[in-house]
Amino acid sequence: MEEKIKEIIQQYNGDKSYLVPILQDVQKEFNYLPKDALCAVSTHLSVPISRVYEVVTFYKAFSLTPKGRHQMCLCMGTACHVRGAELIASNISDILGIKEGETTADLEFSFETVGCVGACALGPVLVVNGEYHGHMNIAKSTKVLKKLGKKGATDDE
Amino acid sequence: MMSKMKSFHELKSVQERLKAGRDPKKPSVTICVGTGCLAYGTQKLVDSFREELAKRDLTGKIDFRTSGCHGFCERGPMVVIGPENTFYQRVGLGDAAEIIDKTLLKGEVIDRLLYIDPATGEKIVREDDVPFYKKQTRLVFGLNFKVDPESLEDYLAIDGYSALAKAMTMQPEAIIQEVIKANLRGRGGGGFPAGWKWDETRKADGEPKYVICNADEGDPGAYMDRSLLEGNPHLVLEGMIIGAYAIGSHEGYIYVRNEYPLAVKNIHTAIRQAREAGLLGENILGSGFSFDVKINRGGGAFVCGESSALFASLEGRAGEPRAKYIHATHRGLYDKPTNLNNVETWANVPFIINRGADWYCGIGTAGSKGTKIFSLVGKINNTGLVEVPMGTSLRKIVFEIGGGIPEGRKFKAIQTGGPSGGCIPDKLLDLPVDFDELTKIGSMMGSGGMIVMDERNCMVDVARYFTNFLVSESCGKCVPCREGIRRMRDILVDICEGKGREGDVDLLEKMAKGIVDGALCALGNSAPNPVMSTIRHFRDEYEAHVREKRCPSGVCKALITYSVDAEKCTGCTLCAKVCPTKAATGERKKAHVIDPEKCTKCGACRESCKFDAIIVR
Repeated sequence: MEEKIKEIIQQYNGDKSYLVPILQDVQKEFNYLPKDALCAVSTHLSVPISRVYEVVTFYKAFSLTPKGRHQMCLCMGTACHVRGAELIASNISDILGIKEGETTADLEFSFETVGCVGACALGPVLVVNGEYHGHMNIAKSTKVLKKLGKKGATDDE
Repeated sequence: MMSKMKSFHELKSVQERLKAGRDPKKPSVTICVGTGCLAYGTQKLVDSFREELAKRDLTGKIDFRTSGCHGFCERGPMVVIGPENTFYQRVGLGDAAEIIDKTLLKGEVIDRLLYIDPATGEKIVREDDVPFYKKQTRLVFGLNFKVDPESLEDYLAIDGYSALAKAMTMQPEAIIQEVIKANLRGRGGGGFPAGWKWDETRKADGEPKYVICNADEGDPGAYMDRSLLEGNPHLVLEGMIIGAYAIGSHEGYIYVRNEYPLAVKNIHTAIRQAREAGLLGENILGSGFSFDVKINRGGGAFVCGESSALFASLEGRAGEPRAKYIHATHRGLYDKPTNLNNVETWANVPFIINRGADWYCGIGTAGSKGTKIFSLVGKINNTGLVEVPMGTSLRKIVFEIGGGIPEGRKFKAIQTGGPSGGCIPDKLLDLPVDFDELTKIGSMMGSGGMIVMDERNCMVDVARYFTNFLVSESCGKCVPCREGIRRMRDILVDICEGKGREGDVDLLEKMAKGIVDGALCALGNSAPNPVMSTIRHFRDEYEAHVREKRCPSGVCKALITYSVDAEKCTGCTLCAKVCPTKAATGERKKAHVIDPEKCTKCGACRESCKFDAIIVR
């Protein structure tokens, strides 16, 4: 891990002002930001760990806990909201048994909501493992979860 | 790779050479690959076109181009066939072969892929004749059609970077005067005159001076900056270089949302190409002037769109704003003179230099010049990006360009300015949209998001939505914003849950005033706008919630019940099938019923019912 982090920091010439992009790259590498990784960034970039922690907890993009195998990301932009995204959010939460921002105990599913993915013509939009599913509705979100192997999703079709 | 150009003359000859090599009569295929269209799966269509063209040995014989966003996102995937500009919309991912064989080779039009004007029922062949486009003034955004964002040659072939060459023959002060005369106002929301800012930064003491492009487009429901940056990155870059030259800056940054991967990629490519071609970096076009740009990806914080928070983030810290006793033009990034403008503002600069301030002032209203790109979304038939002259009425934008409200429902409000803006009711639809008019009625221009709402949207719920967004996006530095907005949100949640008390609305108004006066930055100062504007224009809805415990639009879960309209119900059993709690029941071909005890108000039945038989009250 340490070597990889050194490598990432090197890509930014060890420039402290790139702390946010460096952490983004580290997170991409490890799927979340483990404590050891934060310490390594702190040491090799010569930024106090308190500052690293401040930045990590400030920005939405960072996660201190592991993410699930399937990442469900529901757009909650205004356009999606007025087209009923909130009802879809509660449906997904109910089926997965977790709140938004959480990961299931078996590390199979993470569910989060984001400000706007900017694909408003397709709203409501559910991004599943990076793939856009547009014109989402309650029934379709159930189907998506079922397809990914989530048991208990009611779908009679 | 293009070799380095060392003079204006050389640039001119490269442009001429590229233009001469382009035959406007040559058959062409242009496919929109903006993020919106890609979300439809357009990449597959692009691959299939390449494959089919190769099969027929046509590669190279026709101009094949993938372009940035065309704006009519509602109708993606979109393909335009030249030279006639035949416009195909909602193209199937397997339609490539047919389009090549019929339209490209034989000139036949495929009826099924044409756009039908819903107003007249007429099929429209040419892209420019589509009412959605025809009624716009696509000055800045229109160039997206003409270039492949990854091709510097494409941009040079439409005289790209000629504004830069022209600017560099001018005195920096003269450039600034031109921008001041054009009254170019900041498109990011504030509407502050860009020329003044440039002037201040130029005159400020201290080195280095920074020039920044703000591409941290965080407004939910707005994506015009992304589409410019990913669709025509060289235009934005050209504007920045001109600005840097005028200001006397040698270092620039583009601060872009990491959630916009395509924009990040395309601007990276553009910067590399511009450096290689001698348009960026040391000794630009042999002029002796040097300027370079770095890209910084944001961490996903709405507040970082605020200039001082953005500086903090660029410095590698948490994005907390600071009080602005001293302007950024004097002490901004690293406490050095800094000029920050947003993407669309920069993109306007080359036009002003090329065609002059007098021409630019011919577009728009007395106080707001030029055009503005809006992101028209929500309950609207033609979702997409719309560029109109300042001063265009909301009615024209919503009904003529936007095509009105889907499913024949009634227009209720349009929200402008993102979470800092306000909701505008139908009685104000004839309002000319410019910076000052929107502010007068308690909303604001913002960066250009326009979210249309219909009769099924609850305005209290919308206020709660925005306030909730701002609670999670408040950086927490100052008390009025951190605590005030949170308490406003709590009151709004109570009202939506039927726990509203007499006097709550007055309390909201009182708190709003305190937050406006007390908050440190623009996020806090404008946070009460969604609440204030909905109270101002839709007070009756608040009162229905508080006094009658009723949500007139049927949105707030705690205040509504689901039932079946026995006359409309055909007994198709679909609602019973989708109901997760088995609350909807009934026999086939007989009217169904919903058991309110079991109903969780999830909305699945209403969504599935094809006969509009589910009543929500």
